[in-house]
Amino acid sequence: MSARDPRRDMPLIFELSTPGRLGCALPDPDVPVRPVAERVPAHLLRETPPALPEVSELDVVRHYTRLSHRNFSIDEGMYPLGSCTMKYNPKIHEDLARLPGFCRVHPYTPPEHVQGALRLMWELERLLAEISGMDRVTFHPAAGAHGELVGMLMIRAYFRSRGEARTRVIVPDSAHGTNPATAAMCGYQVVTVRSDARGNLDVGALRDAMDESVAALMLTNPNTLGLFEERILEIAEVVHSRGGQMYLDGANFNAMLGVTRPGDQGFDVMHMNLHKTFSTPHGGGGPGAGAVGVKAHLVPFLPVPTVERRGDGFVLDEDRPQSVGRVRAFYGNFANLVRAYAYIRSLGAAGLRQVAETAVLNANYLAARLREHFDVPYPRRCMHEFVLSGARQKRLYGVATRDMAKRILDYGFHAPTVYFPLIVEEAIMIEPTETESKRTLDEFAEALIAVAREARDTPDVVRTAPHTTPVRRLDEVRAARQPDLRWRPRRDEPVPGAGRDRP
Amino acid sequence: MPRRQHKYIPATEAEREEMLRAIGVASVDDLFGDIPPAVRLTRPLDLPAPLSDPELWATVRALAEENLHADRVACFLGAGAYDHYIPSVVWHLAGRGEFLTAYTPYQAEIMQGELQAAYEYQTLLCELTGMDVANASMYDGASATAEAAVMARDLTRRDQVVISRAVHPEYRQAVRTYTEPLGIEVREVPWRDGVTDLEAVAVACGERTAAVIIQHPNVFGCLEDGPALAEVAHRRGALLVCAVAEPISLGLLRPPGAWGADIVAGEGQPLGNHLNFGGPYLGMLATRQEFVRRMPGRLVGATVDAEGRRGFVLTLQTREQHIRREKATSNICTNEALLALAAAVYMATLGPQGMRAVAELNLHKAAYAREVVGRVPGYRVAFPAPTFNEFVVRTPLPPEEVNRRLLAHRILGGLPLGRWYPELADGWLLCVTEQRTRSEIDALAAALEGIR
Repeated sequence: MSARDPRRDMPLIFELSTPGRLGCALPDPDVPVRPVAERVPAHLLRETPPALPEVSELDVVRHYTRLSHRNFSIDEGMYPLGSCTMKYNPKIHEDLARLPGFCRVHPYTPPEHVQGALRLMWELERLLAEISGMDRVTFHPAAGAHGELVGMLMIRAYFRSRGEARTRVIVPDSAHGTNPATAAMCGYQVVTVRSDARGNLDVGALRDAMDESVAALMLTNPNTLGLFEERILEIAEVVHSRGGQMYLDGANFNAMLGVTRPGDQGFDVMHMNLHKTFSTPHGGGGPGAGAVGVKAHLVPFLPVPTVERRGDGFVLDEDRPQSVGRVRAFYGNFANLVRAYAYIRSLGAAGLRQVAETAVLNANYLAARLREHFDVPYPRRCMHEFVLSGARQKRLYGVATRDMAKRILDYGFHAPTVYFPLIVEEAIMIEPTETESKRTLDEFAEALIAVAREARDTPDVVRTAPHTTPVRRLDEVRAARQPDLRWRPRRDEPVPGAGRDRP
Repeated sequence: MPRRQHKYIPATEAEREEMLRAIGVASVDDLFGDIPPAVRLTRPLDLPAPLSDPELWATVRALAEENLHADRVACFLGAGAYDHYIPSVVWHLAGRGEFLTAYTPYQAEIMQGELQAAYEYQTLLCELTGMDVANASMYDGASATAEAAVMARDLTRRDQVVISRAVHPEYRQAVRTYTEPLGIEVREVPWRDGVTDLEAVAVACGERTAAVIIQHPNVFGCLEDGPALAEVAHRRGALLVCAVAEPISLGLLRPPGAWGADIVAGEGQPLGNHLNFGGPYLGMLATRQEFVRRMPGRLVGATVDAEGRRGFVLTLQTREQHIRREKATSNICTNEALLALAAAVYMATLGPQGMRAVAELNLHKAAYAREVVGRVPGYRVAFPAPTFNEFVVRTPLPPEEVNRRLLAHRILGGLPLGRWYPELADGWLLCVTEQRTRSEIDALAAALEGIR
């Protein structure tokens, strides 16, 4: 088997280690040196080095390059993960974010010397306020779920400032798991409300659950079924009539750009996953950026500092006595703000509307191509994503959605989101995004149809998939039952760090 | 007006028509029929006109040009964000599109690159901190410290944390923000001579104390007596949480896991990640084996595939929000995977010798700076405690004024501490990494001669 064979066993970087090898060239100190022991008390000094690998620079380059070959990415192919919005990440953004004037700036540089960075944040805040229909936007949260936390903390601070002790938060049964987890982190009791037969939030059930003890409804719109909440104004009316707040989980904002604004739908707070809608790369699961927009009545509670315009310049305002405080150090994932800013500036109003229109067109087109081959739990016009069900294949051929997801990998596509939302049996959730061409959509549809056919004709091929990937189906049960979360040096081999500094 | 094709949207007019026919609608507007007319936008968004690529480049670059950055000045700022040398390999590798434009590895078979790199990162972090297990990353050092406080509450079923005032103030604020809604009381203990007051910790710790939270090296750059603090915490049945804002120090310092820390919460920015005006940064979290099921965030584990070959998957997900929902250990979902990868490449590139060498460079250069600045009349080193790469100086003029005048010498001075510590209105926190040269340090001292 050749060293470049994709199915060859990949050693760990530790297994490449050869004592004495170096991967970097460091200078000698250019200052007078005294023994370390004179600077640091002995009991605070490391006795043995950590067992990091000893490798050459080329070892490192080859190792991580080979690892990169074992990764699927947007740059390689279509990534139809519903609710994750995997669209093209423009290359120019990477160059811009890595300009020294951004990436080499220390966050405590006096504000008068970082006016460009502050202006970018100030302008991006105005752009997003216009796009979302909100009054102000904070950039502190590092991800969407972090944004949920900030949004819900602001709601909590708002009620506290009014002397109201509300204790409950309503979450639909189709919601992202982060919604109930966030509500719990804010000390709220979670009330789940069901969806109706059309896939909307059941307004009757909402009415029954809603009273003066409810702080907020956390709603995703378009929801996780890819459907627009048709009765959104009525929902807002029910919540607001009892003094509650409307929180929008903005994970699905892609479909709304320039078409409708959450601020006009009655939402008081929303988070925007800049890494989804505004196309900053996901990086294998972060960094993200979860900007949060609020209506005017919640502005006093924004995290500190805010960026404010004073005269011709921009300042950081820490003096906000009602602020929820901080959820992290510094000002947010700034490098992603550069990318999101560049994205909005390159598309403009017409371009953003085209994003939404094309995302919705692509999703409806794919849904139309696939609807005969899978069960369709909610046969409505979808927005930018839609949910199918593999229940038929499971029932008739004993092929689970999990199996079909694995089989689609053999066709060169990433799998859709599966088993979410929880309310759809054997759920398959597909989001093509606007950056995929009709040709790619057709290829994906044909692959998925072929998998459905295989489920019927040669079910074993699907059940044992994937067949062409660097590793075959992985034993997740074993991983959980016998957790192996780190490499450990073998006992019979002398390792550099085998002293008392190791656990 | 004819629609102009945007390069990020491949659908042509002809293809749109074809797709609309296949769907069975006349226009794209028909697809938005479920949106109540009352909430539809009837005007274009009020945004600036779209920019071509060269215009975009020029516009954004002009904003970058307005910022003072560490290639233009000698940067003596630290306090949670550190100017370290980043080997070129780090971002050539972490910046590859295959890593950059991937998502959370939900389909393990085609994401072995990401997953193996995360497993290696978890191991590297354990080795650096001396802990048993580490997660695949948190948001940043401050939020990781806050999550550690909540984790300690869950582990001990106690509802108070004791935190040193020598912990970075923004970390303390994050701890307060996270713990307040959960009814966890935060008790701050003072510092003395630049380090946490051990006696005050002993007094503050009681039967309700879930954790003692310290930072090492602390916000003043001073080394804490970690072993003694751990002993005090443990005597009261509390956990010791150690925040590490400068992990480069662990190339040299005895790791927290070896002296009794139960949870290490850290900031991984110094490990190969850019200053980025404060973000994105890398939250690190590591703990003891027995606490792993209470640990927030994603974990990658090794397993085998159907043919018995080694592979990696996301594991122990029953702790996480998509399964546990409101009973999850945290709501963290997307983390900082790419920055963890960069940190892994950084640590692998440096290896044990390199980590030690960089740490020693920081120690020696900062010690030299501490001596020469301390010799400038009017300036004196504030605290006698040993330090790593940061130290506090008392200044004869307000530190803000000193900084203003240093800029004329192309020197970005230290952080004025008065913004956080009124009692240190003349306190100036200087940071000296391996990036600062002797001539820059000498230039700083020479400039200070004229600023007093």
